[in-house]
Amino acid sequence: MMFKESQIMKIHYTTGLAALFVVAVHIIVRLMTPSFSLSLLYENVINNYHNIPYSILLESILILIAIHGFNGLRIILLELRQNKPWEDGITIFTIAATISIIAYGTRTILVANWLG
Amino acid sequence: MNQIIKKIRMLEKKNNQKDMTKINNTKAETSRQMVVLNVYRANTHRNDLPRVEKFQIPVQRWMTVLDALLFAKSYLDSSIAIRYSCRMASCGSCGMKINGVPKLACYTKISELQGNTITCEPLSNFPHIRDLVTDFSQFFEHHKEMAPFIHNNNADIKDENKLSEFKQTPQDVDNYLQFSYCIKCGLCYSACPTVATDTKFPGPQALSQAYRYYADTRDDLSNRRLNAVDGKHGIWRCHFAGSCSKVCPKGVDPALGIQLLRGHIMGYSRNENKIAKLRDPT
Amino acid sequence: MKISNEWVNNRENREGIKGWLNPSRYGWERISYWFQRLTGVFLLVYFIGHVYETSSLLRGENAWNAMLEITQTPGGHIFLILVIGTSTFHSTNGIRLIFTHGGKGLGNPGRPDYPYDAISLNYRQRSGIWVALILAAIAMLYGSAVLFSGK
Repeated sequence: MMFKESQIMKIHYTTGLAALFVVAVHIIVRLMTPSFSLSLLYENVINNYHNIPYSILLESILILIAIHGFNGLRIILLELRQNKPWEDGITIFTIAATISIIAYGTRTILVANWLG
Repeated sequence: MNQIIKKIRMLEKKNNQKDMTKINNTKAETSRQMVVLNVYRANTHRNDLPRVEKFQIPVQRWMTVLDALLFAKSYLDSSIAIRYSCRMASCGSCGMKINGVPKLACYTKISELQGNTITCEPLSNFPHIRDLVTDFSQFFEHHKEMAPFIHNNNADIKDENKLSEFKQTPQDVDNYLQFSYCIKCGLCYSACPTVATDTKFPGPQALSQAYRYYADTRDDLSNRRLNAVDGKHGIWRCHFAGSCSKVCPKGVDPALGIQLLRGHIMGYSRNENKIAKLRDPT
Repeated sequence: MKISNEWVNNRENREGIKGWLNPSRYGWERISYWFQRLTGVFLLVYFIGHVYETSSLLRGENAWNAMLEITQTPGGHIFLILVIGTSTFHSTNGIRLIFTHGGKGLGNPGRPDYPYDAISLNYRQRSGIWVALILAAIAMLYGSAVLFSGK
């Protein structure tokens, strides 16, 4: 096993706290726009993605919540059944799902950044 | 000194409140002459279909659920299977679900329970044997995994003339004393939501015992215990639902022990490798 | 853990998920455990949906507006309000759990006296659950005000 469970759980707590911080910044930025409905206009959203620090913020939210969320799901699933195929399957699923969602979200951030 | 006086006053206040509650409940107690005892009946080895049998029990004021069950067994149906021994919450044998919550039958007075029906079922999360009796093998197996004994390489256990004696302060003792009051009744194991699905999870009893020996300054197996619980199905599967501490009849507070042990693994608390000194036998 | 397979495979008489989903018997900490789990799964589902929803940006303005329309119905608003409430509860209670999981705020072990109330189930840490619930309610009210005002 690559990580001890205590190390995984320390990552879980850290990503949780860090996600709370970056999501708070994300929401504050959204609330700073004059109106909630205006902030969702296509042009405004694309403009947000052109702002590099904001894109980095979105990317960090993506990574932190993906790790925290899928590890949380792994914990719940681990407690359901106890046999090697199930436990190995959960580990593979967790890693695959985390990587997939990060890759998918990163693609959106990068392509939106290039969109004119 | 002040602290002791404060504690005595707090206990007095608590007892007064309890007495008031008793007085308020007196009507409910005296008005109940009979209760219906619903007893879960099945013999797993004969593949019986589970059924609930009802018994009318005359109630006396200080009657416990165990007294009611023994009344049913003595006068109504002698085939009811119950495990019990001391009748004073010391042996931990008569654990069962009373009205859906794990309790010791000898420690639960009928007057404490609401309604005129009392339902007794075997403890959840333990394989069932017969009626209210369950199999504790798995529970004890988890307990043994925690090496529930004091290990110390410096102690001389072979030479009887040179008996080893450790020096501990009262504070050192307080760190683990309450966890050593565990009577292994299994109520916490039955109440735990993780044990409800995870068979590899040691459960609150075993984990709190791991802390009991971890916190004992006479013991030198600390790191082995920390490693034993730091697995996929170890201490991290406790989510502090607190149910174990809620049902514990001896004030062991297993949830506290588990969280304190986890605090040491996470580095919240210092891992003191303080080992008690041996007193010179001479 | 060296538990033999015979014991590990014995699932007889386990309460199962029913044991997770019955929080009322054991008090506030059990309710918090149940809520934390439920809100976590709900938020993960929302997160996946949100990442997919934002990817519609790449398919042009029409696709983005079509996706937005789904959330701008009363049902969509209620869903978003639930997201606000659950995320507030999950975060606040999560902070409480980070402390309590390390034994902070639970008190020190001592010599138990009758009636043996557990010191770890004290008001100091338990109030964290109530604060989480109250903050979630306030956040949901604020969210409703923003979403239903249409500004």
